[in-house]
Amino acid sequence: MACASGTCASGCSKVNAQSSTVDLPGPKSTNLTCLKCKVNTTIASGGGGGIGDSLRFCYSCFRSNLYGKFRFAVTANAMISPEDNVLVAFSGGPSSRVALQFVHELQERSLKNFEACRDRSLPVFGVGVAFIDESAIQQASSYDFDKAVEEMKLVVSNLSPPVKKFHVCPTDSIYSLDSNDGREKLNELISSITDVTGKEDLMEHLRMLSLQKIALDHKYTKIILGTCTSRIACRVLEATVKGQGYSLSADIQYVDARWETPVVLPLRDCLQQELSLLCSLDSLKTMEVFNGLRSGINGLITTFVKLLQEENPSRESTIVRTAGKLTPFHFNKLPEDDNSVSILASRRRQKKYNLQQNEAIPLNTFCSVCNSPLKETDTKTSESNGNGQISRSVLAASCASCQFQILPKEGTLLENFCSLLPPPVTERGKACDHNKLLQMREQIQDCLLSDTDDET
Amino acid sequence: MECSVKSRVKVCSICNHKRAALKRPKTLQQICRECFYDVFEEEIHRVIVDNQLFRPGERIGIGASGGKDSTVLAYVMSELNRRHNYGLDLFLLSVDEGITGYRDDSLETVKRNEVQYGIPLKVVSYKELYGWTMDEIVKVIGLKNNCTFCGVFRRQALDRGAALLKVDKLVTGHNADDIAETVLLNILRGDIARLSRCTSIITGEDGPIPRCKPFKYTYEKEIQFTYAYFKKLDYFSTECLYSPNAYRGFAREFIKDLERLRPRAILDIIKSGEDFRISTSTKMPEQGNCERCGYISSQKWCKACVLLKGLNRGLPKLGIGRSRGLNTVSENGSKDTTKSNGVQSIESKQCGSLDF
Repeated sequence: MACASGTCASGCSKVNAQSSTVDLPGPKSTNLTCLKCKVNTTIASGGGGGIGDSLRFCYSCFRSNLYGKFRFAVTANAMISPEDNVLVAFSGGPSSRVALQFVHELQERSLKNFEACRDRSLPVFGVGVAFIDESAIQQASSYDFDKAVEEMKLVVSNLSPPVKKFHVCPTDSIYSLDSNDGREKLNELISSITDVTGKEDLMEHLRMLSLQKIALDHKYTKIILGTCTSRIACRVLEATVKGQGYSLSADIQYVDARWETPVVLPLRDCLQQELSLLCSLDSLKTMEVFNGLRSGINGLITTFVKLLQEENPSRESTIVRTAGKLTPFHFNKLPEDDNSVSILASRRRQKKYNLQQNEAIPLNTFCSVCNSPLKETDTKTSESNGNGQISRSVLAASCASCQFQILPKEGTLLENFCSLLPPPVTERGKACDHNKLLQMREQIQDCLLSDTDDET
Repeated sequence: MECSVKSRVKVCSICNHKRAALKRPKTLQQICRECFYDVFEEEIHRVIVDNQLFRPGERIGIGASGGKDSTVLAYVMSELNRRHNYGLDLFLLSVDEGITGYRDDSLETVKRNEVQYGIPLKVVSYKELYGWTMDEIVKVIGLKNNCTFCGVFRRQALDRGAALLKVDKLVTGHNADDIAETVLLNILRGDIARLSRCTSIITGEDGPIPRCKPFKYTYEKEIQFTYAYFKKLDYFSTECLYSPNAYRGFAREFIKDLERLRPRAILDIIKSGEDFRISTSTKMPEQGNCERCGYISSQKWCKACVLLKGLNRGLPKLGIGRSRGLNTVSENGSKDTTKSNGVQSIESKQCGSLDF
């Protein structure tokens, strides 16, 4: 339904809403032709009822539209270049399943081009698939875990040629290999968080760390997530509600290069509903290994957004569009590698829409727990609390949201908590201290006298 | 308010002396009644001081509807002004929309407040400003879009009343819940311009009469049930006859759910609203003056004049909706259509309703 306010910018319009309900009365709609090609019948007419796109498009228009959105996101942001080796994060759910499928199709096409091209100047990018085994910290759904992993293996092996490597990686692998107590530490870490929302957020962050670790260990150059519009819309509200308005714009862009291996979101413009529809139409097998139910604040927001989306099918897009107007960070685009020889060749393929060079790259400090960029004024407030070395650096460099929902308040508990954190997190705390030092040094640079100055 | 009859008597966590009488909505601290008044008032005092809302000697108009927020605001303002020697001249300013059975009753409350707090009251009415009461307007246009008229007229009426009183600033009773909700609604609607300014504690500083919200960080619950209930302040609580429940219904419910899960979510939303990285180059409407009445307006005619013209000519739909305003349709107003189209979507929303 359209909003009451006549000037609502959500992209819906009362007039359209009314006319479409007039045009498409339930039972009659089954025999409509596709709005786009005006030749074939709509998806919904084929079997059973339907909603949204299935009422408007035929199968091939729907699919090419969805694939088009993916391809545009990839090319416009130069997400994948020929010499890349990309890692697709696969959870078994519909979004990442479609991401995997589309990346495969892209790879297939580029293989064809490669074979057809005489000079063979453009190599075909490599693809790997990763599944993060969270059974240490999450309870698996009724789905049999081993069976699910077997099925995933089958899915991945069916997507060839080109052959894709499949990695199953437990979350506790982020603890160093020589310590065997990773799993226990991880368990203790997660169970020491009292806030359900905080627990969930940390788990999500650990998932990212695990992916980063796989990418690093196996030399992947990009990580591809299946994050879709619907998920991002939730993320926007979650960040808002948790007081993370400043860092929000970092998380919702096509590219997030603050990590060692850049993360890209080629399905950013696709709705959950569309992805699920494609899965069922193409019989892409999905398997929910862990129950994706979100709890606490996140759960509340998921229900809220779902309700909004039901009332107005463009609401999720509007939310993402609003947040898209916020200023992104300098790391929200891929770093230029100008020394590469193949760059000339690859230019032929890349269309870069956002090529603006920014003048000076600002030195951001990041939350030591969730890696979100910190607002300068906020970092100073949280100093001198807790007595240990690590806990002090972690606390001093964490965002207000993590301080509230993840870190324990009490000194000794905090100390214990910090000792359980995996190495990537604690190292970031130290790096942050170092960064601050650098920053300070930079500020006083012109007052410092170097040895060479004496001679002139 | 789980108070009184409990097997174990809880002691106030602030004074450690008296029996705790309530769980403070904002922090969930269990505190006694006296400490609650103290922190409640002290917090508002801090907001006023930290944000330098007032200067000594200023004349301040308090927008008073007779509802709980403005009643508590009038009380707190007069109390703090006296206690901390702000040196302010306070006035109550009410708008009479002309809604029989609603506004006439609430105005009685404001009149009692005038006597109770010793603050002079000024009432401006739609009838005298525009020649129409809301009752008459509703008779013409029905119950759809009537809030648009009321919202546009009220905004201007407050400014006109403030000008008559010669006040330097207006304070309104918008509370933290209201602001958090506005932040959310602006995200849901895609209104980045409003999103960037809806959390400012002072607005309209470039205009004739700035407005400020001393209750920006004050929870509705604390105003509503605890304060007004404990202090037994005299306030009027009935919904407007012409928009029962419609007022922002479902976003409000979401905020209440959030608050139940995590009380500080409301403050966090406001903080997010303040911290959003919105580039300063986001287009803002150019401020001008209405050619007809002289009121600030980004267009040729101000919204109130457009709506009034529609009413008086028997075309009440004029000025409602996306681009059917007089500013684009009018006889000779075509010379700056591009400009007016550009700002239309920023300018023309009044009532914060997103009702389903």
